[in-house]
Amino acid sequence: MNTLQQYRDLIIVLTHKEIKLRYKNTLFGYLWSIANPLTFSLVFFLAFKIVMKINMEDYPLFLIAGLFPWQWFSNSLNASSDLFLTNASIIKKVNFARNAIPLATVLQDMIHFLLSIPVLAVFLFGYRKAPSLVWVWGIPFLLLAQLILVYGLSLLIASINLFFRDLQKLVAILVTLTFYCTPIIYPETMIPGQYQYLIHLNPVAPLLIGWRDLFLHGKIEGSRLLVSFFFAFFSLAAGYAVYRKLSWKFAEVL
Amino acid sequence: MNTPKITFTQVSKSYALYHHMAGGIKNILLHPATILEFLRNSRFDALRDISFDIFPGETFGIIGRNGAGKSTTLGLIAGVLKPSQGQILVRGRVSPLLELGAGFHPELTGKENILLNGVLLGLTRSEVRQRMPTIIDFSELGDFIDQPIRIYSSGMLARLGFAVIANLNPDILLIDEVLAVGDQRFQKKCLDKIMEFKNSRVTIVFVSHSMDEILRICDRVAWIEDHTIRMLGGAIEVTGGYTRSLALS
Repeated sequence: MNTLQQYRDLIIVLTHKEIKLRYKNTLFGYLWSIANPLTFSLVFFLAFKIVMKINMEDYPLFLIAGLFPWQWFSNSLNASSDLFLTNASIIKKVNFARNAIPLATVLQDMIHFLLSIPVLAVFLFGYRKAPSLVWVWGIPFLLLAQLILVYGLSLLIASINLFFRDLQKLVAILVTLTFYCTPIIYPETMIPGQYQYLIHLNPVAPLLIGWRDLFLHGKIEGSRLLVSFFFAFFSLAAGYAVYRKLSWKFAEVL
Repeated sequence: MNTPKITFTQVSKSYALYHHMAGGIKNILLHPATILEFLRNSRFDALRDISFDIFPGETFGIIGRNGAGKSTTLGLIAGVLKPSQGQILVRGRVSPLLELGAGFHPELTGKENILLNGVLLGLTRSEVRQRMPTIIDFSELGDFIDQPIRIYSSGMLARLGFAVIANLNPDILLIDEVLAVGDQRFQKKCLDKIMEFKNSRVTIVFVSHSMDEILRICDRVAWIEDHTIRMLGGAIEVTGGYTRSLALS
């Protein structure tokens, strides 16, 4: 009767729990979440701008605009392998909607990304730019696309990892590899012509380019948004199909 | 007369032994034939051809030695396992009494854990909040309820766990010998609460090694041995048979 409300409440409570646990017993809580991408921005700035003298205007801003959404993607994916393993005791006893566990983790990382946007705005002002009105509808769209993409992948990884524990190691490597194959520390225009087509095979690239376009130039390109959603729904369909096929065996292998 | 709450019809359950795959790639490459052969035969029968009915308001006991298949039976009732063969019908919401601290998070407070456990067991937030005072009261944890549960003793954890399950209006209650923890007074309180459920005609499935508890609580008992039902009937009769077989071996 009220299963939908029950599911909603389950997700709210689990997400709330994740947020609380992230900051439990730390003094600087929120600051730690933004310290990470900011440090990486500094590192890449030093390496590529100061040392290798890449020809880019406002490079620190460019880096931050890509690294904040990337942080969400990589945190969620790296956390996903363990999700069902760490909840073994309850999965073995209670028949609840297990797919709520990865959703809560992804939502928690999404909320942190949202909380980092004001920091990004401060940097924009520092470079004499300002947030655009397009953000008002652009952010929700990109947010939804990334949420669906990351949730689908999380569900897929968390489910398969129960049966094939090597996946966890593989995911960590693939996430790092994807980072360098995605235009985050370099613009897509710098990719040599003969490799340009490869970018269309990268499901994260249109999203990350989309975020940067939105943050730095206040624009959303319709076709890129469409491609982002295409990858997102493909990922969700794959993740959910695998989850459905495997979930009834979870209690056996844990 | 009345439709059973739980029906097992010729249920069998076998597990594939996944963990034996841990030999690694090297093993698979070096002995492919052996591995294939092994995979084909390495199934473990946890239950074989089990049938029983549990009726509304009945208190049904399950006894047997360690590894006989009692926990698998509970898992099948809770719906976390699927039978390999046969059919299981469960009519109603199942509330499993969780083992110590399952579904709890050590860093959250008692109160936060009550909410977490409640929604995991299928309630909405407002339903849990309504029952919060009763649950806290029953747990006798006092001011500790606002402390993270990592500082709780095992007795306190057991009290919290039982307090949650006992106050969530269970329809079908699954109890897997959790009463062995906590001090005697609280154990008695739990037993009293179970008797109260019994009197208000909640269906209870009770797994225990304590024949005293089984005799006190259960109407009917199934004795599982070697993964199948050895005896099914009245509590006195079945516990008697089981005790005699233990004495013989």
